[in-house]
Amino acid sequence: MKLAVIGAGAVGRSVAELAADYGHTVTAFADSASAVTDADGIDVTGTLTSKDEQGRVGTADPETAIASEYDVLVEATPTTLGDAEPGFGHVETALKRDRHVVLANKGPVAERYADVRALERESDGTVLFEATVGGAMPVLSTIDDFDPEHISATRGVLNGTANFILSRMAAEGLGYEHVLAEAQDLGVAEADPTFDVEGTDAALKCVIVANVLAQGEREYTLEDAEVDGISSIPGSALELAQEDGRTVRLIGEVANDEVRVGPRLVPETAALAVSGTRNIVQLETDHAGRLNISGRGAGGPETASAVLADVGRLPER
Amino acid sequence: MSDSQDEVRAYTIRLELVDEPGELLRALHPIADNGGNLLSIFHERGNVTPRGHIPVEVDLEATPERFDTIVEALQDENFDIIQAGAERYSEALTIVLSGHLVNTDLSDTLSNIQEATDASVTDLSLSAPAGTNDVSSARLRLATEEGKANDVLDAVRSIAAEKDLTIVEPLTAGGSA
Repeated sequence: MKLAVIGAGAVGRSVAELAADYGHTVTAFADSASAVTDADGIDVTGTLTSKDEQGRVGTADPETAIASEYDVLVEATPTTLGDAEPGFGHVETALKRDRHVVLANKGPVAERYADVRALERESDGTVLFEATVGGAMPVLSTIDDFDPEHISATRGVLNGTANFILSRMAAEGLGYEHVLAEAQDLGVAEADPTFDVEGTDAALKCVIVANVLAQGEREYTLEDAEVDGISSIPGSALELAQEDGRTVRLIGEVANDEVRVGPRLVPETAALAVSGTRNIVQLETDHAGRLNISGRGAGGPETASAVLADVGRLPER
Repeated sequence: MSDSQDEVRAYTIRLELVDEPGELLRALHPIADNGGNLLSIFHERGNVTPRGHIPVEVDLEATPERFDTIVEALQDENFDIIQAGAERYSEALTIVLSGHLVNTDLSDTLSNIQEATDASVTDLSLSAPAGTNDVSSARLRLATEEGKANDVLDAVRSIAAEKDLTIVEPLTAGGSA
């Protein structure tokens, strides 16, 4: 398929780099300031070099990428809240042109799920968004396979940064600020870690899962989630948890029409107590007990592999 | 949804002991030897029953399977078991509270929790590495009636919010991980 990749951050770049490996062609690539298009396939290596050296992928207006000929629009611009723009606008344009859309950007399906589904109903295109929840882990496709009807609850560790901080605090007996600084040095945490440590990122993923499980009966947005972060957890809390054979994890839960994210006590030996940047999602199924899906929940190639798996699931145009 | 056979629960056993030296210790052996975790022992020495026995109330934690073994072991030793089971407290909840616990009057916090709910605080551990004027943490074990865990957590949440304390909750129902 022909892909238009919008967004040239870690995920967009990896999608461009790996597309050929999955038998697809990148015909358009845009960052926030520029675009490059070629109906026969752009020069991915040259484009990424240009991005590294000049800070832009090409010379054309970014809109030309969205307006070009492609089968699938890969939306990998940064997640925005509220109106979810500009990502939502890109989804709208592509669907109105009857193109498929694969999202890595959480905004449109976390904040405007009903709008996205309404646009999809009017379109010949399909929207898939596996990459928005848990990076490389096949969470949404597993829910789809089991049928949301037969899944009563999900819970999990959905933010690698927060999990890294909590596991390091517990393992080394260090304070939050100390471990955060270390995580920033390692590139595990961003300079502004708010999104990760205050639970927003995990909550967006849970909201997306809640939307999928609700099957249109109810729409969830970030406002519907009860969210607590980890920045006020002192080392002494982890120490007391440990004495009792437990540990603290930032857990997102979707159950009984509620979305909650917050620090929770879990047994140290529990499947949920993953360490480092690893993520895990547990699905409670009606007829098959509990299902654990664990793996890398973030990262360029990891998330790109979920994007490209979605591309593979799309019907031919 | 959880593996309830592996889950440790809080139980209360009421016994009536013959007033002889060593009886209390003899009654505790079957509990400890069979994997029960003693939480508290209330030995009502001044409250002798009409038969001249001394009532003892033992709170303990065990898995349901181990609890059955404990009750059998006590019966084998011919103890009078007045009540055994999870009627009063069948769910144990562990939470961690962090913040300025001491400055916000920890004992007031605990009594607020016990007053606002039917839960009883069966265990408390405090860690204040930077002194009691700084941020500290407390691990509480609460025993509550079956099915009341969510009500208890709701109440604890609002008490914690009032005093600006951070609460680390256990997973909600079905989430024994």
